Amino acid sequence: MEPLYSDSFYFLGLIVLMPLLGAIINGLFGAKLPRNLVNWVACGAMALSFAFALVSLQALVNQGNGEEVGHLSYTAFQWIFSGSLNAEIAFLFDPLSAVLVLIITGVGLLIHIYSTGYMAEDPSKWRYFAYLNLFVFAMLLLALGKNMLVTFIGWEGVGMASYLLIGFWYSDADKAAAGQKAFIVNRVGDFFFLLGMFILYFTVGTWDYLELEALATNTATAALLLPVALPVGVLIFLGCTGKSAQIPLYVWLPDAMAGPTPVSALIHAATMVTAGVFLLSRINWIFTLDPNLMAIVAVVGSLTALMAATIAIVQTDIKKVLAYSTVSQLGFMFMAVGVGSFTAAVFHLMTHAFFKALLFLAAGSVIHGMHHEQDMRKMGGLKKYMPWTHAAFLIGTLAIAGVPFFAGFYSKDFILWSALSNVHVLNVVGVLETAQMEMFTTTLAPAVVAAEGHALEVLGGALFINWFVFIVGVLTAGLTAFYMFRAYFMTFHGECRADEETKSHIHESPSAMLVALLVLSFLSVVGGYIGWPHFIAAVFPKGLKYYALGLEHWLAEVFVVSDTYRVIGRFGEHPYLAEGLAAATSVIIAGVGIGLAYLMYVKRTDLPGVIHARVTKLHYVLSNKYFVDEGYFAAFVRPTLLIGKVMTWFDKNIISGLLVGGAAFMTQNLGRILRNLQSGNVQRYATYISLALALVVLAIFYPGCLA
Amino acid sequence: MVQLTNIFSALVGNPLLAQAAAVGEGGIPWLTLTTFGPLLGILALLLIPRDQVQVLRNVALLTSLGVFAVSIGILVLFDPSLPMAAGEAFTFQLTEGPYEWIPSLGVSYALGVDGFSYWLVMLTTFLMPLAIWSTYSSVHENVKEYMICLLFLEVGMIGALVATDVFLFYIFWEVMLIPMYFIIGVWGGAERVKAAATFFIYTMLGSILMLLAIMYVYFQAGVQTGTFSFLYTDILAADFSATEQFWLFAAFFLAFAIKVPLFPFHTWLPLAHVQAPTAGSVILAAVMLKMGTYGILRYAFPLFPDALKTFAPYIAVLSVIGIIYGAIVALVQDDVKKLVAYSSVSHLGFCVLGLVAMTPQGISGAMYVMLAHGIATGGLFLCVGVLYERRHSRQIADFGGVASVMPMFATFFMIITFASAGLPGLNGFVGEFLSIMGTSQSHFLWFETPFGFIKPENAGSGYGVYELSAMTDVAIGSSRQAGPEITAFIFTIFATSGVILGAAYLLWMFKRVMFGSVVHDEIRTMPRLSAREIGVLVPIVLMAIFMGVFPKYFLSRMDPSIHQFLTYMDQNVTEANTVVVEPLDPTWVPQGSMIDLAKERRNER
Repeated sequence: MEPLYSDSFYFLGLIVLMPLLGAIINGLFGAKLPRNLVNWVACGAMALSFAFALVSLQALVNQGNGEEVGHLSYTAFQWIFSGSLNAEIAFLFDPLSAVLVLIITGVGLLIHIYSTGYMAEDPSKWRYFAYLNLFVFAMLLLALGKNMLVTFIGWEGVGMASYLLIGFWYSDADKAAAGQKAFIVNRVGDFFFLLGMFILYFTVGTWDYLELEALATNTATAALLLPVALPVGVLIFLGCTGKSAQIPLYVWLPDAMAGPTPVSALIHAATMVTAGVFLLSRINWIFTLDPNLMAIVAVVGSLTALMAATIAIVQTDIKKVLAYSTVSQLGFMFMAVGVGSFTAAVFHLMTHAFFKALLFLAAGSVIHGMHHEQDMRKMGGLKKYMPWTHAAFLIGTLAIAGVPFFAGFYSKDFILWSALSNVHVLNVVGVLETAQMEMFTTTLAPAVVAAEGHALEVLGGALFINWFVFIVGVLTAGLTAFYMFRAYFMTFHGECRADEETKSHIHESPSAMLVALLVLSFLSVVGGYIGWPHFIAAVFPKGLKYYALGLEHWLAEVFVVSDTYRVIGRFGEHPYLAEGLAAATSVIIAGVGIGLAYLMYVKRTDLPGVIHARVTKLHYVLSNKYFVDEGYFAAFVRPTLLIGKVMTWFDKNIISGLLVGGAAFMTQNLGRILRNLQSGNVQRYATYISLALALVVLAIFYPGCLA
Repeated sequence: MVQLTNIFSALVGNPLLAQAAAVGEGGIPWLTLTTFGPLLGILALLLIPRDQVQVLRNVALLTSLGVFAVSIGILVLFDPSLPMAAGEAFTFQLTEGPYEWIPSLGVSYALGVDGFSYWLVMLTTFLMPLAIWSTYSSVHENVKEYMICLLFLEVGMIGALVATDVFLFYIFWEVMLIPMYFIIGVWGGAERVKAAATFFIYTMLGSILMLLAIMYVYFQAGVQTGTFSFLYTDILAADFSATEQFWLFAAFFLAFAIKVPLFPFHTWLPLAHVQAPTAGSVILAAVMLKMGTYGILRYAFPLFPDALKTFAPYIAVLSVIGIIYGAIVALVQDDVKKLVAYSSVSHLGFCVLGLVAMTPQGISGAMYVMLAHGIATGGLFLCVGVLYERRHSRQIADFGGVASVMPMFATFFMIITFASAGLPGLNGFVGEFLSIMGTSQSHFLWFETPFGFIKPENAGSGYGVYELSAMTDVAIGSSRQAGPEITAFIFTIFATSGVILGAAYLLWMFKRVMFGSVVHDEIRTMPRLSAREIGVLVPIVLMAIFMGVFPKYFLSRMDPSIHQFLTYMDQNVTEANTVVVEPLDPTWVPQGSMIDLAKERRNER
């Protein structure tokens, strides 16, 4: 069937343009505009953008023919132009980008509204809103890019906006430093991303997603991409570890909490940090080419999820808990990607955007109410002071902990059962005949090769990875339930540990902030209802069943290739058993986590102290985040600075001093020596002349004597 | 996109210009006007008494603005879609002459621009008024001489760019030196005399070598063709043996490499920059350094293509060292100006690397780096000048928290910093991106070394890096040898790492200067930007954004020239299939009534 196509859907341009206009208006004139108008410009831009996104969604659905939705696209203008390279600023709106664009504009709008309350008293509110709109603009470029270069513009653009917003209160040097760290660590990721892009272009000569997809999903041409899939994939994935805060480049995200809390909600929870997951989903057909690559992603994701969760357990700053929890949840998303369940990754991306934004905003409400106090040890008992915030935080916590009927449960369960049932498949059939197959069978460990319609077992090694992902996932889910409820109990239950002065000022937040909390609470519950497990969906009535698996149907055509991982998986196309197993396990483990947190932080509040005394060393390591920051500083920053000092010395003393200076010295001294010849002494000149004359005479009369 | 041409035709009105154009190339000598326009200003300045400081400044500013206005004529009339002469390295337009100048030596007065040089002319004329305007508050002594020096400098720079006679080029090349020597030596900082002398002697050393080489080339070409002429096209027609090419290339390249400056010939630059007054630094960094890269492109490469093949990988090594070395040294500088100076070494490394890659993206990237670096680094020096005028210090430690005192300045400084750090959407990114991409596609940069693994014949000898490339080759079904790509990719990796360091040193500097709390009381009383300073910085910022968002406006006008140049190089490098020539995009048609007009005019002729 011909793909549905509409190439001049200019609403896509408008989606992107609105926040840019908002940023320009507020950036240029914001200081002089009335303070209320600044709010209206920023929120209005977001509302318009959201409206245009809805219009685009409607158009996308309308053009579908029941089987496929196709895509909409719009080419704005040619950007870089040189030789065969003709990079266009072009936008692509397909089921995948639709999800992300709706999250960006929708959740973005809510966070803008929330910010009008949170930042109400800040003197440079206009600057804040200009940056925030600028961020949304860049993020939309990233999400809507039709080729990798546009994505890259957005990719760097969100980095810049994030830099500006983290260091928003720049007169605090630490906050400025956090912004700088975020940008530079992200640049390290971008460095790998760029290299991956170059190899890709070098191999196939295009960065256009549609053209790449056509190449990668066609068996004949996929063989072209197959050999570079691993290097390209690893490099691009390294880029994603920067943006999406995975091992080894996650270190900037916890520091990024220096920014205003709504920024953390929008950028460092809901949107920007999920860019990596989005990008991998966008090019899922490259990643599924090579099972080895998928295994790398899965393992890195798992390790990040577990490591961040262990750090989160001992954090006392409420935002730091949420930051590490974000790193951990992003790890979950990469686990999903790694086992080939891109739908689960996008699903979790979406529900995480809802509940993590909710948690951050609720935490922001707490911080706002407690006059910028972030230490949970000075909180407690806030339930009675801020009931709405409490309810919102509780819903968010239930969602992230994976309690059934809250959004997080569905997406996390999806990831876990995918880990159980999926297999790593070598998708390219034709490759069996080529020499490269040898390389794959010897160096890689794919479980199954899809050959002419039936599964062919090659090596069983990948099974280990799936079990590893599942077990780590379950462990992390338990830890998540524990540390999130720990944070919840420490903040809202027990006695209030704040000093009397602060206590008397604690207040519920203004309605602008509560509205956002309300909507996000709602989404954090129902957001999961478009992805029920199959075994439950199976018993739904016919009409509901389609919506119960809504997200899968919606994204099916985007992930048609990667779906092989599930379709020929261990438990068949409908892995009810795996689902049931995963659901039961995750409910139990969540219950254990919550129970443990309840025991330790409500019932027996002496327990944490006792445990702490037992494992002081472990606690020391965890609370210092495994000393990774210190390690990086010692391994990279300090040597670079040292090399810089050495090179400066080298520059001054060797190049400038010895070589250049030496040449000058020699010239000077040669001149000084030769100067003696021209002393102005006539007798000396006469001597030279006579000597020379004698030589000439000798040479003429006795030619042999000089030889 | 708004076409500049349309604006211009709307402003000036078609009939007037049409009349001007109809007179033909002999009618309005655009290039001569642009080149010697500043001389009129110098004449005027000579007639004005020394104590009329403000009048002197205004006259100089008006002159440079006038030159800029005239140069827009070049922008409008230059037609990139004209067919390119086959077998030539460059096709010049708006040519004047050749008129005999010193007939006994075969020296003529010949001017012309192609897709490379007219952009650099535009860069010069664009920045000159800004540089002059920036001196209003910083130079108070010997204003008359200062302005004369600046305008004289402009004559030299534009002349060197538009000259198509090698002798004429050399004259202008040397003319540039003298005013800059005085600018640094008279109006500079504490160590100005040493800096000026180092600058002068170092550059002169290169120039002398180049002069020798020019003489040799001139005689050799004369002997071969029978006519002794310094005309560029005549010199290009001569053939040189491999040995000759080797030494001649070395002489030419050394002169240009010093100017660029390429590592390790860069040490004069930090010294000169730190000591030079703001306007001097701006012009030095923005335009004079580009004379080196322009000379490489115009003279060293096409005249001695075989020697280039031998030298290219080593030049690439030096460029990559320059990129990283410049960046790392910049990282630890305590002096803002020195930091920016070393950043120039790093940025120009991208430029030279792009040039030697011999791919369309590499060359256009190099050209774009020249323009973008001119705007961004010029802007950085202007920003440093703003700071210096207020604090009388360039030490980073003497600042901190400036952003809270001068918020608007912080915005401009930030945009320019990000432009320099290569953020997509601003001008720095496009050039560096294209340079690196061009390098990654290059077939030109490989060694014949004992190590073998970067030599194409040894493809598949089992080195790890090789497997990637071998696979690539299998993948694209190419019979190409795998070596060049891998070597090129190694260069790419190192060059790209400069992007990380670039962000590091610039943002760290920015943080220490602009952010944080105010620790020095002097900062608190720093006045905000004056209207004049805003007027100087706004064009820079706007241009940085325009060049970042609409690079096609510039790139598509260079593309035909790049194509012609690479075709020429491909035909003249003995090694086959090393230069990457890609077909021109036939879909691109330049728009604008002026260009059509010019086309008609040429057809009539």
